[in-house]
Amino acid sequence: MPDITLVEAVNLALARAMAEDDRVIVFGEDVAVDGGVFRATDGLLARFGPDRVLDTPLSEGLFAGLAVGVAAQGFRPVAEFQFMGFMLPALDQVMNHAGRLRNRTRGRLTCPLVLRAPYGGGIHAPEHHSESFESLFAHVPGIRVVVPSSPARAYGLLLSAIRDPDPVVFLEPKRLYRARRQEVPDDGAGAPLDRCFVLRPGTDLTLVTWGAMVAETLDAAQALDREGVAAEVIDVATLKPLDTDTILASVAKTGRCVIVHEAALTAGFGAEVAARLADDGLFDLRAPVRRVAGWDTVMPYPRQERRYMPGTDRILAAARGLMEYA
Amino acid sequence: MTDRVADFHVDFTRFLAPDGTAVAPLPGFFDDPTLRRLYGHMVLARAFDTKAIALQRTGRLGTYAPSLGQEAVAVAVGAAMVDTDVLVPSFREHGAQLVRGVTLQELFLFWAGDERGNDFAGPRQDFPVCIPVGSHAPHAAGVALAFKLRREARAAVCVFGDGATSKGDVYEAMNLAGAWTLPLVFVVANNQWAISVRRAHQTAARTLAQKAVAAGFAGEQVDGNDVVALCHALRQALDRARAGGGPHLIEALTYRLGDHTTADDASRYRDDEEVGRHWKEDPIARLRAHLTARGAWTRDDEEALLTDCAARVEAAARDAQALAPEPAAALFDHLYATLPPALAGQRAALVQAEADHA
Ligand SMILES: Cc1ncc(C[n+]2csc(CCOP(=O)(O)OP(=O)(O)O)c2C)c(N)n1
Ligand SMILES: [Mg+2]
Repeated sequence: MPDITLVEAVNLALARAMAEDDRVIVFGEDVAVDGGVFRATDGLLARFGPDRVLDTPLSEGLFAGLAVGVAAQGFRPVAEFQFMGFMLPALDQVMNHAGRLRNRTRGRLTCPLVLRAPYGGGIHAPEHHSESFESLFAHVPGIRVVVPSSPARAYGLLLSAIRDPDPVVFLEPKRLYRARRQEVPDDGAGAPLDRCFVLRPGTDLTLVTWGAMVAETLDAAQALDREGVAAEVIDVATLKPLDTDTILASVAKTGRCVIVHEAALTAGFGAEVAARLADDGLFDLRAPVRRVAGWDTVMPYPRQERRYMPGTDRILAAARGLMEYA
Repeated sequence: MTDRVADFHVDFTRFLAPDGTAVAPLPGFFDDPTLRRLYGHMVLARAFDTKAIALQRTGRLGTYAPSLGQEAVAVAVGAAMVDTDVLVPSFREHGAQLVRGVTLQELFLFWAGDERGNDFAGPRQDFPVCIPVGSHAPHAAGVALAFKLRREARAAVCVFGDGATSKGDVYEAMNLAGAWTLPLVFVVANNQWAISVRRAHQTAARTLAQKAVAAGFAGEQVDGNDVVALCHALRQALDRARAGGGPHLIEALTYRLGDHTTADDASRYRDDEEVGRHWKEDPIARLRAHLTARGAWTRDDEEALLTDCAARVEAAARDAQALAPEPAAALFDHLYATLPPALAGQRAALVQAEADHA
C-alpha cells in the first residue's frame, strides 16, 4: 500500500464513507468534475455519479443551509468550502440552525452533516485564503469541531465525523495537505471524536496544539529533547467538545503547559484550554500557562505570513522560559 | 443592432372579489364541503390568534406573531399540500401548521417558550417556525433535493414574507431551485409590511413574483385574501413540482391587520385609515359572504363553528399550561444524540443547582 498525503486521506475517507452508506452525498463548489480545488473529491463523481457528487452554485450560505435541509431528510451531506475564509456566510446556518435543530425539535429533526474546509496559512495563498478562526465554531453549542493533523488521523476522524449523528465542522490544515506521506490502511476504522491524542509522551512540559501547528510543535519537542527536556505533545484534534481529562492528566504530570495555535491570540481557542487549566489544574501547575499564537493582527499577505505564524523558535522560547520555574 | 433576448410577464389571479362574489367560475374542486372546510380552518386560525394574544397580554405566552388578515395564505398552503409534502414555514403560518396536523396544544407550547411544541406528533418531517428571516429557504431546497435524489413524487413549500425577499439566502435558494429543477414552491406572504418598513421601501421591483424570473422559473401574483385563488394556484404549482416540473413562486397579496408581534405598536408607522381599508379585504368575511350567497352557510353554522373553535382553543390552552416544564436536564439532553462526556459536568451542575433550589 503506497503512503498517502493528508488530502489523499480525506479523499480515501470520503470514498469509503460513500461506498458504505448511500446516504452520504458530497457537494460544494467545483467538487464534481474538477474534484475540488485541492482535489479532495477527485474521482468521486466518476465512481458515485452525479446524484451523489454535486457542484452547487457559488454560495456558501446556501449550501450550508442546503446541508441542513437534506440532512433533516436523512441524508448525510458532506459540504466542501474551498477556503475557511469563505465560511462566514455559513456561520448563520451553523449557529442558528445546524447546532440547534435537534435540540429545538427535541430530536424529531437532526442534522448529521459535515462541513469541510481547508484552513490556515503557509501556502502563499491570496488574501482571505489563510485564515484560522476555529474558535468561532468552537463557541457554537450543538456541533463538533474537528481538526486532523496527519493523513491517518484525517482518514479516521473524517470517517467518524461523517458517521456522527450530529453536525461536524471539519477543518483541514491545508499547509499539511501534501507535506508528508503516511501509510493509511483503508480499513474503514474511525478515530474517536471528543478525544485528544498524546502524540509524544514526556514528563517535563506539556505542549498542547492541533492541526497544522502539530508539525512545528513536534519539531520543538524534539529540540527540547536534545536539551534534556521531555515534552509531552497533545494533539487536541476535537476542539469541541474538549477532552480536558487528557490535558489535565498530562499537566498533572508535567506541571507546565504551552498552548500553540496559529489563530490570533485573543479569544483564540488557547484561552479556553488555559481557562480549563486554571479551573481544574491550578495546583498542578508549577509555572504560568503560556500561549504561543498568531498575533492579534490581520493575517498578513504571503510575504509576511511567516512572521505571523508561530514558528518552532517561539515555541522553544516559551518552553525554555517555563523550564526556569523549578 | 439590438435584439430582445428576454421578456417576462406576471399574472394576477383572483376568483372571489372582496365582497364574496365570484369574478370567475370556481374550479370544480371547490364544492360546498371543501369551501366550508377551508372556512373552518381560517376561523380556527383566527381563534388561536385571539387566544394567543390574550394569553400574551396576561403573561402566559411569550412574544407572539399574529396572522390576523393573512389566514387565507396559511390555510391554503396547508390545504393544498398533501401529507407527504414538507412545510418549511416562517413564523406567521400557524394556519398551515394546524391544517397539516400540528395540534393547537403544540402551537401554544411553542409560543409559550417550550421546545416540545416543535416535536409535532403529526407532520413529523415539517420544519418548525423559523425566526431568522429567510434563513429557512435553503433548508427547503435541501428537503426538495432529498425528494429529487430519492425520486419521490413529493414537494416542499417554503413560506416567507415580503421583507424576506430582500435577503440573499432567499434568492440563493430560489436560484438553486431553478438550477436544479427542485420540487419546491415558494410562497411570499406579502402583507405589505416588514415591521415598520413598507413594501415599497423593500425593493424597487414592481412585483415580488418577478424575483423568480431571475432564478429561471415563473412567479405569479395571487389575491392573498382569496383562499380559493390561493388553493388553486398552490395545487397547480405543487402538482407540477411533484411531477418533476421544478419550482414556482406565488406572491400572495395580503395585509397584516394586526401588530407585527405583541411587542409591536403598528400605530407608530401606519394610520387607521389604511388598516380600515384593508379590513374590507378580510379573507374570512369574504369567504363567509360567498358561502352565504351560495346558500351553503347559515347563521347557525356560524355560531356553531365559533363555539366549537373557541372550545377547542380554550381546551388546548388549558392543556398546554397544565403541562409541567421539562426537567432542567432537558437543556442538555437533546443537544447531541449522545451527550459528550465533556458536558456531563455542566449537566450535573445544573441538575444540582436545581435540586438545591427546590
Ligand atoms: C435576519 C433577521 N433580521 C431581523 C429580524 C427581526 N425581524 C423579525 S420579523 C421582521 C420583519 C419580517 O418581515 P416580512 O419578511 O415581511 O414578514 P412578516 O413579519 O411581515 O410576516 C424582522 C425585521 C429577524 N427575525 N431576522
Ligand atoms: Mg411582511
